[in-house]
Amino acid sequence: MDFRFDIIVEYAPLFLKGTLLTIGLSLVGTVIGTILGLFIGLGNMMKNKWLAFPFKVYITFFRGTPLLVQILIIHFGVVTFFVDGTNAILAGIMALSLNAAAYISEIFRAGIQSIDKGQMEAARSLGMNHVQAMRYVILPQAFKRMIPPLGNEFIVLLKDSSLISIVAAPELMYYVGLAKGQYYRVWEPYLTAAVIYLVLTVTLTYFLNRLERRLTTE
Amino acid sequence: MIKVEKLKKSFGQHEVLKDINVVIQPQEVVVVIGPSGSGKSTFLRCINQLETITDGHIFVEGKDVADKKTNINEVRTEVGMVFQHFHLFPHMTVLDNIMLAPLKVRKSSVQSSKEKGLQLLQKVGLEDKANAYPSSLSGGQKQRVAIARALAMEPKIMLFDEPTSALDPEMVGEVLEVMKQLAKEGMTMIVVTHEMGFAREVGDRVIFMDGGVIVEENEPKQLFENPQHNRTKSFLSKVL
Repeated sequence: MDFRFDIIVEYAPLFLKGTLLTIGLSLVGTVIGTILGLFIGLGNMMKNKWLAFPFKVYITFFRGTPLLVQILIIHFGVVTFFVDGTNAILAGIMALSLNAAAYISEIFRAGIQSIDKGQMEAARSLGMNHVQAMRYVILPQAFKRMIPPLGNEFIVLLKDSSLISIVAAPELMYYVGLAKGQYYRVWEPYLTAAVIYLVLTVTLTYFLNRLERRLTTE
Repeated sequence: MIKVEKLKKSFGQHEVLKDINVVIQPQEVVVVIGPSGSGKSTFLRCINQLETITDGHIFVEGKDVADKKTNINEVRTEVGMVFQHFHLFPHMTVLDNIMLAPLKVRKSSVQSSKEKGLQLLQKVGLEDKANAYPSSLSGGQKQRVAIARALAMEPKIMLFDEPTSALDPEMVGEVLEVMKQLAKEGMTMIVVTHEMGFAREVGDRVIFMDGGVIVEENEPKQLFENPQHNRTKSFLSKVL
């Protein structure tokens, strides 16, 4: 079997372009997902069952249905309410953010619940209201513990962003698909994609481990 | 200053406080003793509403803490609390621990909160630890910081929930010393403790609780030397 490196070389600039969008999508997805996840997590933890119910539905839906299905619904359905026609990148960001928010809200819940109850009591006994106690006492401590699982979620998102190629957002897998289509070759484009994703996730894991070590020694 | 009327507290089916009636005068130091599970900590935690009460009333400076219309955060600024396990904020320096509530709740300036914080640290003998993190302190030092943190809100009443129970024996003294000083300055205090020496020396009144009721209360000398109830007698014979 001959391996045609020339295809990879020819497509290298496009793969690079696609990789940048892949990184961008995952980064934006994690950031928006974290912000949304905080509010959904807090909502989910509300003592009033009726108020918490919509948040539980949200989490159940986004964790219980495939991301691929969510992408298609958002791309062909939801996005068309906001823009004329469709917009694959917008749909991709929305799908990744909303999906990540469901998982990250559970990371927030676990992080917040892992903080000793006495911290909240001490803060409240000083006269702070619930929001102040959360903001100044609980969340800063919880956030530190959340960094490893958040990093994990970022890695998952990076890989799952490949699904967005289904709606033709020009990220890495989209160009990989083009290369395959043009030359009817399987190994060159797909193995290249695998290597690029691997390099991204291994690099990310390395930095996350370093960050984690630094936090534990503090 | 504090008036407790027919206080009842249940956790599910389990009734922890059955019928507590007590009045605490300004500048009084009341020590609550009793076996584990007698409800003394729960009683203390009801006063600043860390536990919602099931029935009855607690008036703190005339405000009914069980009343939904009462702003409980406002009441809590007047009632400092010190916990068995300190509960210092581990992500902040000692000084920041003390400054946080004055800054955020009282909206004091950084300047005045800092001055106040350093002054309080001096009072508890830890001015050199202002920039240390709680994890680097001994148990006794942590508890003294916790006292300073509560005092920073300039409360009118201080609640102590077994403040020395989690400490190594050689550190108990330094914490009790700070509490004695506070009592001398005229602070109104309710202290749940197993330190009978402290109760006898500093308390104006000792309350003995068992099974969710106040079995007996009296001046320390009377209660320790001449207990009226058998339950009190048998408890004291075991701990003295």
